[in-house]
Amino acid sequence: MAKVVAVTGNEACANALRQVNPDVCGIYPITPQTDMMQRFASYIADGKVDTESILVESEHSSMSACIGAAAAGGRVVTATSSQGLALMWEMLHIASGDRLPIIMPVVNRALSAPLNIHGDHSDAMGARDTGWIQLWSENGQEAYDNTIQAFRIGEHMDIRLPVMVCLDGFIISHSIERMEYLEDQEVKDFVGPFKNFLPLLDLDKPKSYGPLILTDLYHEYKRAQHEVMTKVKDVVLDVAKDFEKLSGRKYGIFETYRLEDADIAIVILNSAAGTTKDVIDEFRNKGIEAGLLKPRLFRPFPFEEVAEALKHVKAVCVMDRADSFGGYGPLFMEVASALYPLERKPLLLNKVYGLGGRDYLPSHAAQVLTELHEISRSGKVNVLKEYIGVRE
Amino acid sequence: MATTLTLKELSKKEDRFTHGHRMCSGCGAPIVVKIALMATDYPVVISNATGCLEVSSCISEFTAWNVPWIHTAFENAAATLSGVETMYRSLKKQGKFDREVKFIAFGGDGGTYDIGFQSLSGAMERGHDMIYICYDNGAYMNTGIQRSSATPLGADTTTCPAGSVIPGKLRSRKNLTKIMAAHNIPYVAQASPSHWQDLAKKIQKAHEIKGPKFINVIAPCNRGWRSKTNDAIMLSRLAVNTCYWPLYEIENGTTKITVTPKQKLPIVDFLKPQGRFKHLFSPENEGLLTQVQDEIDREWEKLLKEAKTD
Repeated sequence: MAKVVAVTGNEACANALRQVNPDVCGIYPITPQTDMMQRFASYIADGKVDTESILVESEHSSMSACIGAAAAGGRVVTATSSQGLALMWEMLHIASGDRLPIIMPVVNRALSAPLNIHGDHSDAMGARDTGWIQLWSENGQEAYDNTIQAFRIGEHMDIRLPVMVCLDGFIISHSIERMEYLEDQEVKDFVGPFKNFLPLLDLDKPKSYGPLILTDLYHEYKRAQHEVMTKVKDVVLDVAKDFEKLSGRKYGIFETYRLEDADIAIVILNSAAGTTKDVIDEFRNKGIEAGLLKPRLFRPFPFEEVAEALKHVKAVCVMDRADSFGGYGPLFMEVASALYPLERKPLLLNKVYGLGGRDYLPSHAAQVLTELHEISRSGKVNVLKEYIGVRE
Repeated sequence: MATTLTLKELSKKEDRFTHGHRMCSGCGAPIVVKIALMATDYPVVISNATGCLEVSSCISEFTAWNVPWIHTAFENAAATLSGVETMYRSLKKQGKFDREVKFIAFGGDGGTYDIGFQSLSGAMERGHDMIYICYDNGAYMNTGIQRSSATPLGADTTTCPAGSVIPGKLRSRKNLTKIMAAHNIPYVAQASPSHWQDLAKKIQKAHEIKGPKFINVIAPCNRGWRSKTNDAIMLSRLAVNTCYWPLYEIENGTTKITVTPKQKLPIVDFLKPQGRFKHLFSPENEGLLTQVQDEIDREWEKLLKEAKTD
């Protein structure tokens, strides 16, 4: 039986972690994640979980300790944001290279300089090449649901990869929403007991983790990582099917909204998708066929499916809450790559919005949709990449 | 029961760090590892910082480690092992694991004094049940003899070369052993492969103490020290007898010198056989040589006082 609650995104993720009851967790404070792991720390203090915490002295040590714990053989979690994720960068590659299914909510926040504690996607986008699976979440419900599903995905015996669950800093992490919790036992059964694979604590069969691999085998090792990523999509969909049976909530590798017959579309991640959907409704009421695609699985990126979903659209704006300075926004680059093989491609443009917590307003979505509508009629893109919502 | 520390008894033990590793001939580090593992009468999990020992002992698809071993990166052998140890405690608490296991981290001075210092300090402060063993050869030897904060005053390295204007390293070594003692952990010691029984005893003792332990072991590197291949034991003995590397332990805050040199030798006896100090014997560097001796005398007097007071 689902329980209806009014909680923040951080609270929901902490509750998901409590329900999963991992063996070890790394805890280190960083805004806006802090509140998630301090809630989890109180579950430990109150004996509500069996988890042993490691109260590390940095995020680098947090990820290092999580890697050691996961290699030892057990279920491991941590959470971070922004500079913390950046400090972990070196170890993120090692977690995935060692094929350790660590689960980590990432409460998305801007990167310094200048220092800014508010939400954007620069942190997780900077970690997109680290070999982690990335699930993105529009709201607290999705963050909760993704956190639970992440264990089944990462720990799948064909996958064994770490998973980041991304949710927007403050906008989701600190806003109270109505959502539904699963029962503790339902989550426990859904996730199942942790299955070990080559644990370091198997004393009778000693293993060496983290060898030096030179020119003879490194290339093959990396290809194996590439190959396992190609299997992730099917596992994500299988897990989503089981989750739907349990919760009634349907998940795919991305969500589409009024996209099937759309002439123009916005591709956008996380919380801004909600605002965009409302404005799309307004445009539909005015007779403009607008739609939306919201990626859920960003790594691995589902290129073929995204192309299939967008191929009939006349003009698409990919909206990035992060920038690759001197390049296009990271989401744009993926969508452009996805559309390239199509013979008849939608016209494509890139808007950068909402950096460092700058509000993304319905008027911004309306501005973009109006421009897309004009482009769909004129067939002409004036500015390919542009910042919106800028104070001039 | 702890193994009796005689060569006869130790030779009966299985090799946990086996032959076939690719450390240089005459390197001090594998001697330290062998003694440490021989003195460990328990199942043990090893964490290894990136460095000579790590790159030479586990090259895919070969490993010299006959015990569970993990390497993740350079600066985090302590943090990584703290994770392994925490998982062990969690599984034990939950009744999912029932054997007794000991945990040892090995790092060189670069991975311990410098880049791994924060990770080490954090793991010690958190109280994980482990021994961190630093094999200190006084520079980044794996990358080709670059200066670390363990490099002694006056030494010639590739990043503080003895040039025509600057005579090698102008700063003194960091006293990491004392810094670790200042963490108020239950056991800190300094040891040397030349005094293998003293080293083995310290390992045995450390294993019986619950909580974080730190043992700093001098490990001659003939490539970096510019010494003869067969000089590792002789040089580490001279390090002890010149009081460059005093053998002592600090147990629950009480300092005890475990080996007092019969006769304290002048530091030049330790410096002379090493090419990295060759320039100190030029007339213009006489002052620097005196400074090296003065510092050693001062530190030794301080240690004697601490041992007496305690």
